Amino acid sequence: MKRLERKHPLAIRWFHWLNFPLLAIMIWSGTLIYWANPAYVTLPQSVWKAFGVPYRLAEGMALHFFWGWFFAINGFLYVLYTIVSGEWRQLVPDRKSFREAWLVMLHDLHLRKEAPPQKKYNAAQKISYTAIVVMGLFSVLTGLAIYKPVQMGWLRWLFGGYEVARGLHFVLTVGYVLFFVVHIAQVVKTGWNNFRAMVIGVEVVND
Amino acid sequence: MTDEELAELAVEAELRKKSRRGFIVAGVAAAAGLGSWKWLNSRPRVDGVPWPYRRALEFNERLWGTYFSPNRLSPTYDDARITRPARVNGGIGLEPNVDAAGWRLNIEGAASPVTLTLDDLRALPRREMTTELRCIEGWSIIVNWTGARLADLMAKFPPPQPVRYVALETPGRGYYVGLDIDSAQHPQTLLAWALNGEPLTWNHGAPLRLAIPIKYGVKNIKRIATIRYTNVRPADFWGERGYDWYCGH
Repeated sequence: MKRLERKHPLAIRWFHWLNFPLLAIMIWSGTLIYWANPAYVTLPQSVWKAFGVPYRLAEGMALHFFWGWFFAINGFLYVLYTIVSGEWRQLVPDRKSFREAWLVMLHDLHLRKEAPPQKKYNAAQKISYTAIVVMGLFSVLTGLAIYKPVQMGWLRWLFGGYEVARGLHFVLTVGYVLFFVVHIAQVVKTGWNNFRAMVIGVEVVND
Repeated sequence: MTDEELAELAVEAELRKKSRRGFIVAGVAAAAGLGSWKWLNSRPRVDGVPWPYRRALEFNERLWGTYFSPNRLSPTYDDARITRPARVNGGIGLEPNVDAAGWRLNIEGAASPVTLTLDDLRALPRREMTTELRCIEGWSIIVNWTGARLADLMAKFPPPQPVRYVALETPGRGYYVGLDIDSAQHPQTLLAWALNGEPLTWNHGAPLRLAIPIKYGVKNIKRIATIRYTNVRPADFWGERGYDWYCGH
């Protein structure tokens, strides 16, 4: 029997779809900043140029310190919402999740036939969706440490100094890019019904 | 039709309705978002950046200016950690290469005009610090500075009334920076004549430059010829070219 099942609350859909362009702008403007001193990895100038990155440090900083507010506020409200609504119970992994996530991965790689039983999210999703939020928090904190290394001196100290905080801020960004690649691949693989649920909230279920 | 078929049709109708509404809202939201983005980036520029972004920089400046405390210091380091040789960056305003003997520092906006030699500055209490110089480009180096506090100079030649800003300029105003008064009077804001124990070389800003580790490197103006007390927010070389005027750490 075909029926519609509520999957994503309206608030979570808004937080998710606001976060997507906001994070994209933060990564883009961060790239404009990073180009001025590509300390960790760099690309050939021709590649930077093809993407229109060079000599836009000032613009990158202006964008970063404008949109950063919206990125941080959206993330904060999302966490607040999951706590107040109880939605966090679907999201936060427990002790079993780490073993299960391994089985989920084997299943996804077609190395194991059965996937472990799950509720809204499987164990691998719980871990990655929670990790990405923790990463977001750390991006804001390491960002503050390099934005105001004197006035936020305790944060700078906590992260092991200005240079280390900058390195962490960069590594976290690489993490988002990796997350994005896997996330898109999984969404494509899972199909339209699942994707549509992130837009309209309900999913078609055949019992 | 069976009841089951009817129920299935009802489910599909419901799905169509929800899909239509959901994707229309999504489309409108996406268009509004894209429109806002285009609108923001096409606003008339104020000092090299669309005005909403300039406003945001000024909002951030007010916020952090309120939180600012002169007791928070930029970290200091053992001399063993000094980056050698100190990186040379930024030569704007350094031409022509004037000799130190003929150099004078002028203070404008004091009770009466002041002209000083380097020896006059050396007569102020001598300060030394090993601090991080953080460039707006992202790199940082550790530098040892010797000089006098700008605050001590200002105390010796004070403005007749308290002022909100201090402007500093190279000879001929090739380069210029503006400082808020709190940052100018910060205990780590030095007028420096030596770097890593040696007198400044011309490309590091001889004979006198600013060492201000609570700001980005761009505020560490070299070869200062003029210091001016003012209540009018002074122009800032990079601040006029799209950067944050405040640049505070």
